[in-house]
Amino acid sequence: MKEFSVLNHNMVPEHILLTEDEVKALLEKYHVTTGQLPKIKTSDPVCKEINANAGDVVKIIRDSLIAGKALSYRLVIEG
Amino acid sequence: MASTKRIKKIKFGLLSPQEIRKMGVTKIITADTYDDDGYPIEMGLMDPRLGVIDPGLRCRTCAGRPGECPGHFGRIELVAPVVHVGFAKLIRKILRATCRKCGRLLLEESVKKSYLDQIKLLNKLGQPYDEIVKNVFKDAIKANSCPYCEEAQMDIKFEQPTSYVEDGHKLMPADIRDRFERIPDEDIEVFGMDPKNARPEWMILRVLPVPPVTTRPSITLESGQRSEDDLTHKLVDIIRINQRFQENREAGAPQLIIEDLWELLQYHVTTFLDNEVSGVPPARHRSGRPLKSLSQRLKGKEGRFRGSLSGKRVNFSARTVISPDPNLSISEIGIPIQIAKELTIPVNVNSRNLEECKKCVLGGPNNYPGANYVKRLDGRRVKVIDENKAELAELLAPGCKIDRQLKDGDLVLFNRQPSLHRMSIMAHKVKVMPYQTFRINPAVCPPYNADFDGDEMNLHVLQTEEARAEAQILMKVEENLLSPRFGGPIIGGIHDHISGMFLLTRGNVTFDKYNAIELQKKLDSIALPDPAGYESGKPYWTGKQIFSQLLPSGLNLTYKSKMCDNCEVCLKEECKKDAYVVIKDGNLLCGTVDEIGIGAFAGKILDRIIKEYGSVEARKFLDNVTRLSIRMITRIGFSFGIDDEDIPGDAQEQIYDIILNAEDRVKRLIEAYEAGDLDPLPGRTIDETVELKIMQELGKARNQAGDIAGYHLGVDNSAVVMAISGARGSMLNLTQMAACVGQQSVRGERIQRGYMGRTLPHFYKGDLGADAHGFVKSSYKNGLSPIEFFFHAMGGREGLVDTAVRTSQSGYLQRRLINALQDLEVKYDGTVRETRGQIVQFVYGDDGVDPSKSDYGKSVNVRRIIQNVTGEALGG
Repeated sequence: MKEFSVLNHNMVPEHILLTEDEVKALLEKYHVTTGQLPKIKTSDPVCKEINANAGDVVKIIRDSLIAGKALSYRLVIEG
Repeated sequence: MASTKRIKKIKFGLLSPQEIRKMGVTKIITADTYDDDGYPIEMGLMDPRLGVIDPGLRCRTCAGRPGECPGHFGRIELVAPVVHVGFAKLIRKILRATCRKCGRLLLEESVKKSYLDQIKLLNKLGQPYDEIVKNVFKDAIKANSCPYCEEAQMDIKFEQPTSYVEDGHKLMPADIRDRFERIPDEDIEVFGMDPKNARPEWMILRVLPVPPVTTRPSITLESGQRSEDDLTHKLVDIIRINQRFQENREAGAPQLIIEDLWELLQYHVTTFLDNEVSGVPPARHRSGRPLKSLSQRLKGKEGRFRGSLSGKRVNFSARTVISPDPNLSISEIGIPIQIAKELTIPVNVNSRNLEECKKCVLGGPNNYPGANYVKRLDGRRVKVIDENKAELAELLAPGCKIDRQLKDGDLVLFNRQPSLHRMSIMAHKVKVMPYQTFRINPAVCPPYNADFDGDEMNLHVLQTEEARAEAQILMKVEENLLSPRFGGPIIGGIHDHISGMFLLTRGNVTFDKYNAIELQKKLDSIALPDPAGYESGKPYWTGKQIFSQLLPSGLNLTYKSKMCDNCEVCLKEECKKDAYVVIKDGNLLCGTVDEIGIGAFAGKILDRIIKEYGSVEARKFLDNVTRLSIRMITRIGFSFGIDDEDIPGDAQEQIYDIILNAEDRVKRLIEAYEAGDLDPLPGRTIDETVELKIMQELGKARNQAGDIAGYHLGVDNSAVVMAISGARGSMLNLTQMAACVGQQSVRGERIQRGYMGRTLPHFYKGDLGADAHGFVKSSYKNGLSPIEFFFHAMGGREGLVDTAVRTSQSGYLQRRLINALQDLEVKYDGTVRETRGQIVQFVYGDDGVDPSKSDYGKSVNVRRIIQNVTGEALGG
């Protein structure tokens, strides 16, 4: 079977792993704890691809019809 | 003061016989209620220890008066145990899952343990374990013999509703009870039950709790006769049978009679608990009305939960039929004087409003405007009546409170169900009027989705200053002109408003001075600009000028009206149909104002005024536009009759020819199809192709017929005016009335159903022709032939069924959506969060724009800004 990366699919938005400092800044900005962020499971194909572990935060840049680009952050959880 | 308590936990379980005996204050042994003197009989169903309902008596258990005493349970000791219907299914499951001899769960020790661990784990996590319990029963029922005592298990048949048959023998409730008593505690836990709170044998009743009299009060009829509650009647039956059973058993009656009585007891207990069990004839009152059992009191829409606890009734509200009044402002509501007298607003009396309040109190409850209640300085609330109003007015002083009757200018909430969006409840200003209906301006019908065919609406009077302030800022009609759904106006001109404006502004309608002023009579201000010209020395004004009086100065706008044909080369100002609208500095220079100008959902002029001049200005504009156009349309005497559908004979002739030609072409298509000369369209079979081509051909014919009819009806025909201005109806409706109704369809295709190979016996089998498959040649005016009529009814019925199905489906869809979204909130940082603060969206709608503040969903309208800055319209 041919190997391919889900990241190359045009319907998969860009996922970026945040560094610890970036996470801190993010939580500061929204006055939240990581638990209040939307979740993504480690079993998610994208998580596997970018080697995200539970506790990490990924930044997702989606295309939006309304705003052009829409930012979202998700906390990686076990599962 | 009592301290607030917090509920930590709620535990559900079964009542054990011991508990029932403990909570029952007395044993009930006689079926009688009251003695000859009207006193409750002791140990009867109305025992004074069960609580009191008669005024003047005191409860023998808690010494409370009626209203204070909550009531106390009694008990009936049943001679023989009976099954509780509510648990009949569970009893069956447990019977099948346990050993008939040793009572243990029919599972191996290890399997049982693993199930138990799973349940305990889920229980600790606070998650539901129903699925696992379901599997326990599924596994246990499979066993043929007990793994512990090796007893062979028999199949247990369950006969609705409460009998169980094992191997041909009926299991009596006493046997079931014995079996259940043998089940060890640890096995019960595997059923997901807590043996301390719910032993399975408690599902078999030996003692029946008798609900307190307060839950089944008897009522005294006018004749002085007492009428007992349904539950009391049922309890009487139970006690009687219970006694008979005991007597028979003590007398040593044969087994057969005992069993019959047992079944009868079971029946009465069952119908006491639930009178709607399938397989049981409902117990009836003497009059033949089914009795209301305990379960019926609780369940369903009118039950205790949905009807009494969640269903809230409110004071200070009114409901009546609505009717239109175009002379009211859109923000007003006409209220019948009777309602205004009943509804009140609390007013704190102070030194400044003392005189006004005195006048109200002096008016009393009957002379509007008056007051209904006074709260005096000593804190007593006194009802104002004609006898005491003078005295009360005299004693009125700052610090008192009065309940003043509703008067003009008060803010009230107005609502029509179903309340599907926020515009279903809006704040209106009161206008007290004679007669019995609520009056509203027809322009506010769209947001409420109201019409005047008998609709009723609700009104709520705000009782606090805070509520009024909030309603003033958020809920007034003018604050809701723009829909949060698409950022355009949802309130605007409808029906006659649009026809009237269309007639006023189309072409060059002129008025002399008298008529021009007459037209403006109902407006806020009457003013005439310089006359448009002079005719035989007399000045005249155009309809466009009169309309322009309503536009705010400085308004610039250019758009194409609904009439626009989208010509290849737009003639703009020179448009032959006057469809190019130009407004400069608040003057309508050319073009016709129609639905796209002032209509609800579409109005561009309206939209622009709301967004640039604010909601108050927009409300005034809308009030004036609607009044002006109503006056215009009344002047004209706009009407429609049968003869407006008449078209000249030669036009009729032409239409006939078109249809004949079309039928001819259809015939040729069919011939080609039968000869096999037809080429199939891509992706279609030959059959589908011929159907499609026939449909196309007939559709074309109908359109051509419509064009001819439209041409001959002329632009002055009322129906044509309504159709092209967008007020009501369409050219298609007109075509169907005047020229040809056209193809009827079921499921989106020509009518195919009916007999084998044909739709009706009037046609040959396999006839593909137009008339054999529901093409209606006639117009509604000329009338349909019987066959056409039949096909038309088929199509019509489908439409009817579709709407009925669609409304219920979309209603439920909407309900689920609202339930899922109702707790989400846009916080001040622009994020959307649910109640726990969990982020759902980082920026509301990805752009943080409130759609009701947006421009048709777009955050900025660049074109508008450029136009405002340069004063020039951008091309296009």
